[in-house]
Amino acid sequence: MSTRLFGESVQRVEDQRFLRGEGRYVDDVLVGTTGRDMLHAAVLRSPHAHARIVDIDVSGVLDLDGVHLVWTHDDLDGPMAEPLPLLIPHPSLTHGRTQYALAKDEVNYVGEAIAFVVADDRYVAEDAVGRIRVQYEFLPPVVGIAAARAAEHLVHDDVPGNVGARLEQENGDARAAIAAAPHTLSLDLTVERSASTPLEGRGTVARWDPDIGRLTVWTSTQTSTGVRAALAAKLGLDLGRVDVVTPDVGGGFGVKINHPWPEELLVPAAARLLGRVVKFTEDRREHFISSAHERGQVHHVEVGFDDEGRVLGLNVEFWHDHGAYTPYGLITPIVTSTQLLGPYKPGAYRVVFESLYTNTVMVTPYRGAGRPQGCFVMERTMDAIAAALGKDRTEVRAVNFIQPDEFPYDQGLIFQDGRELEYDSGDYPASLQRLKDLVGWDDFPKLREEMAREGRTVGIGLACYVEGTGVGPYEGAHVHIETSGKVKVATGLTTQGQGHATVFAQVVADVLGVPFEDVDVVTGDTRRMPYAVGTFASRSAVMSGSAVHLAALRAREKVLRIAADALEASEEDLEIVDGVVSVKGAPGSGASIDLRTVAVLSNPLRYAFDEASQAATQFSVGDPGKPPVAEDDEPGLEGRDFYSPQRSTYASGMHAVIVETDPETAEIKILKYAVVHDCGRLINPMIVEGQIQGGVAQGVGGALYERMAYDESGQLLNASFMDFLMPYVTEVPERIDIDHLETPSPLNPLGVKGAGEAGVIPSAAVFASAIEDAEGPSHPGLVITAMPISPSELFHLRQVHTEESR
Amino acid sequence: MKPAPFSFVRPQGLQHALEALAADPGAKVLAGGQSLVPLLSMRLAAPSTLVDINALPDLDHVRVDDSGVRVGALARQADVLGSDDVRRVQPLLSLALSQVAHATIRNRGTVVGSLVHADAAAELPMVLTLLGGSVSVASATGTRTIPAAELYAGPLESTLHHDEIAVEALFPGLGPGEGVAFEEVSRRHGDYALCGVAAVVRVEGAHVAEARVGYMSVADVPTVVDLTTALVEEVAQRPSRRARNQGELSDQAVSAAAELALQHLDPADDLHASSAYRAQLVRVLTAHALRAAHDDAVVRGGAPG
Ligand SMILES: Cc1cc2nc3c(=O)[nH]c(=O)nc-3n(C[C@H](O)[C@H](O)[C@H](O)COP(=O)(O)OP(=O)(O)OC[C@H]3O[C@@H](n4cnc5c(N)ncnc54)[C@H](O)[C@@H]3O)c2cc1C
Repeated sequence: MSTRLFGESVQRVEDQRFLRGEGRYVDDVLVGTTGRDMLHAAVLRSPHAHARIVDIDVSGVLDLDGVHLVWTHDDLDGPMAEPLPLLIPHPSLTHGRTQYALAKDEVNYVGEAIAFVVADDRYVAEDAVGRIRVQYEFLPPVVGIAAARAAEHLVHDDVPGNVGARLEQENGDARAAIAAAPHTLSLDLTVERSASTPLEGRGTVARWDPDIGRLTVWTSTQTSTGVRAALAAKLGLDLGRVDVVTPDVGGGFGVKINHPWPEELLVPAAARLLGRVVKFTEDRREHFISSAHERGQVHHVEVGFDDEGRVLGLNVEFWHDHGAYTPYGLITPIVTSTQLLGPYKPGAYRVVFESLYTNTVMVTPYRGAGRPQGCFVMERTMDAIAAALGKDRTEVRAVNFIQPDEFPYDQGLIFQDGRELEYDSGDYPASLQRLKDLVGWDDFPKLREEMAREGRTVGIGLACYVEGTGVGPYEGAHVHIETSGKVKVATGLTTQGQGHATVFAQVVADVLGVPFEDVDVVTGDTRRMPYAVGTFASRSAVMSGSAVHLAALRAREKVLRIAADALEASEEDLEIVDGVVSVKGAPGSGASIDLRTVAVLSNPLRYAFDEASQAATQFSVGDPGKPPVAEDDEPGLEGRDFYSPQRSTYASGMHAVIVETDPETAEIKILKYAVVHDCGRLINPMIVEGQIQGGVAQGVGGALYERMAYDESGQLLNASFMDFLMPYVTEVPERIDIDHLETPSPLNPLGVKGAGEAGVIPSAAVFASAIEDAEGPSHPGLVITAMPISPSELFHLRQVHTEESR
Repeated sequence: MKPAPFSFVRPQGLQHALEALAADPGAKVLAGGQSLVPLLSMRLAAPSTLVDINALPDLDHVRVDDSGVRVGALARQADVLGSDDVRRVQPLLSLALSQVAHATIRNRGTVVGSLVHADAAAELPMVLTLLGGSVSVASATGTRTIPAAELYAGPLESTLHHDEIAVEALFPGLGPGEGVAFEEVSRRHGDYALCGVAAVVRVEGAHVAEARVGYMSVADVPTVVDLTTALVEEVAQRPSRRARNQGELSDQAVSAAAELALQHLDPADDLHASSAYRAQLVRVLTAHALRAAHDDAVVRGGAPG
């Protein structure tokens, strides 16, 4: 075999293109000659959080030069006039609601789509939107979890108490265990709203080809197959007449897994009606007010523990703000409620949540998808136990860990994929030891003293998590060895910059024994692979990685079968090195055949098109006594396979951070950030580290900078990057120390687990821990119960603390 | 996020530009566009005509002379920041400019544009006010010079008339015995400050002769407070000549100065900071800036002795 690429930090094949500005995003599609007749869409969005629509007057619009179409709900019919799909129903989601492509009678958040305009360009389209007159009857808005719970007003008339769902799970008798425990604590913990905020917002381009009655849609999505199915259903088209292509995607982070967005349906519908290419490119303000948010949750914890800090009983209630609608079901709160447990094994655990309606942008998963909140709750609880017992925070964690010999470990709950929450593998004590070494945990008191002598305040914190990754149901892959010897790989899931074209090529090159450069990967194009699920839940390496591996094995089997025939050798004796099949141990010397020739031989031809293909024509090959293609065979050198695991794999990790807090300005500075990460076998360590670094950067944003600031009338006050403080490179630690542990997953052929979300999960928890620790000496007993935290808020906490301790 | 329709002119001469401006009461000047273009895109401003002054000749100068630094309307913030002459003649201008936005924005944004945009959260209007500078403006009917003290009427409101173009700003140079400092706290690197403070301290021998401090983001307009009394009294009260000559301002002095300043300021609540936190920043930054400006004055004047 050639040198194994699995495990190597192979340079990303995508980067040359991206760094040179040659990425092709939806907004770039069909620009140029074919795009001359392109039309542009804009959407009228509700300026009010809650109102009944009395009347919409579009009469001022159509006489505007360059306007081609204006639609309100009245103009839609059939499935298009029905509510958008509820993608993931759940028995506990008793009151699921979804919006219409264009609002019918009522709007429930600022930003909800009301009317759709298509014009010569986006300028005219926006002018037109400005001319539409809507008469509203105002309804009282419900904003925030407190207002939703109080339920003085309802978001939807027919949803009592604003409660969309209530779900309870219990393993053991948590309340009894707490009542019997020697120590108990209760905590109230809050995490505010934030959002994925990819740099490329949503976007859709559609072309209807009347000659062949076919619709092609390019859309910036995390699931092209999902959009395709939804489109066919909504537009009443046969699935076979709809192609969805996902070009380069400038970030998703979860928000683009929700689908179909109103524009994803309206743009293709308009393209079909008008017979012109139509484009919608979301702008930044639209993204803030009409794409999804996440994270907003309020939690109440009761915990009982023994003298060592062992958790005997844990009872968590929480309230999840899911905004105005529930298209993505209960995934986020279910993830919080199950993944909260992290690497620990409480004696008994009960969790119950309510998922609540508010008149705000709807909530769907954002990188981490409920885990950052769960981790925050569990880790704050661990810190509180340590503080109550006067113990080191790492010791309390260590006594609660699941031990390496206890895997597979069943947490006795049902996970977001409907399967048991059973951890496949891990080694948490080893991770903790590595983290302590990496960050210098045991030496920290010395550092704190030294810094104190200079009048500086520093603190250290840590947080641990376990992440269910690689959820089903399945992914597939198709591997095609062309007569050029080049290998074309297609997988249906989409790519948003993760480096799939690199890692999948590594996997295939290893299996097929071909040079890495000869493998070309296509993702998210339903024309190439119509069966796929999507890119979310850190599942691509696990699911598509495994599928690609299996498909390549199938192609390899066929290569060896044909080569064995041609070389008159037995398959077991053959190997493939650098694209040449030969007898093992004797490369170059004995008989050999290259993959190009094998590919030619795999496809018996009537017509030769070049010299090589002459070898495959009817007078050259085949046993005249048999059909040219055997009964159980197919022409071509291809492999196609699917991977569908019984349950998720469970990656894990631990982060530690040393922060400095300014005694005067309460500014928070990161001095050191350390990560120990275990995602099983690493296909490409550099790419995993990139994922971790990006995750940590996003986590710094979530912990210290970003929030959605709604006022009580439901207006989002910071709907721009000027006021929504995504960190710049200057706010993110210059260096992140990373160490990997590799506990292979027994559940897939590669032994891998997911790594995409990990970096962002423990941020709120780890920063709360470190900031609280830094404040300890000057403000003993100051606790951080809400994240994110700004300098202004830390200053406020100090003031309140000083007043209280007077 | 596309601007509403507007007409566009790019005159080649100042007179032509002034006429175009005077001809349309809905016209607006476009300089570097770093503040105006976002306003257009968000349709928060919808001028009927844009008079683009970027093609006007002879307005991109950055000159230093006896009176200080003269910056033409088309001199980019980056040009001024990069000038060693400017740094020598008025170091406060360079210090402040390094805190304005990010390098890419400074490549395009003009100093004069920032001055007349009149944002109370911006560095340059505050610095011009603190230094007692001025802006020269032209209209179709003539020219006038507006002293900084008369330039700012309210939030985002300057006293320029609609038909006037600001052609040059004058930042007076550093005087004898003077030292300067600039301090700000912002949420992210390059953001508008939650509070920003610049100080000019003049020493005579071992004495603080004058201390003036400018504030941004803590009042509706750039605000300058004379804090001399708080410092002069304090230094005079020091027990020994040695202590008086030490060259350091005491904690009491600087905190008295900050409290005095707060009487002239009105820190407000917003998304990013409470008014109490802003007041705290006024205290902390006033102390830092006064000390740093005092040290600067001492160093520039040679150690007092
Ligand atoms: C991301 C970002 C961050 C920023 N951060 C900061 C910051 O931290 N601190 C800061 O101070 N600024 C900041 N700015 C604003 C920046 O400094 C602007 O460049 C500056 O405020 C305006 O200068 P301009 O040349 O771009 O003016 P323009 O945007 O072209 O014009 C601004 C206004 O001034 C008028 N105008 C401009 N020139 C003239 C003239 N010669 N005569 C009459 N009227 C005129 C225009 O009509 C308009 O009303 C930031 C901008 C951005 C985009």
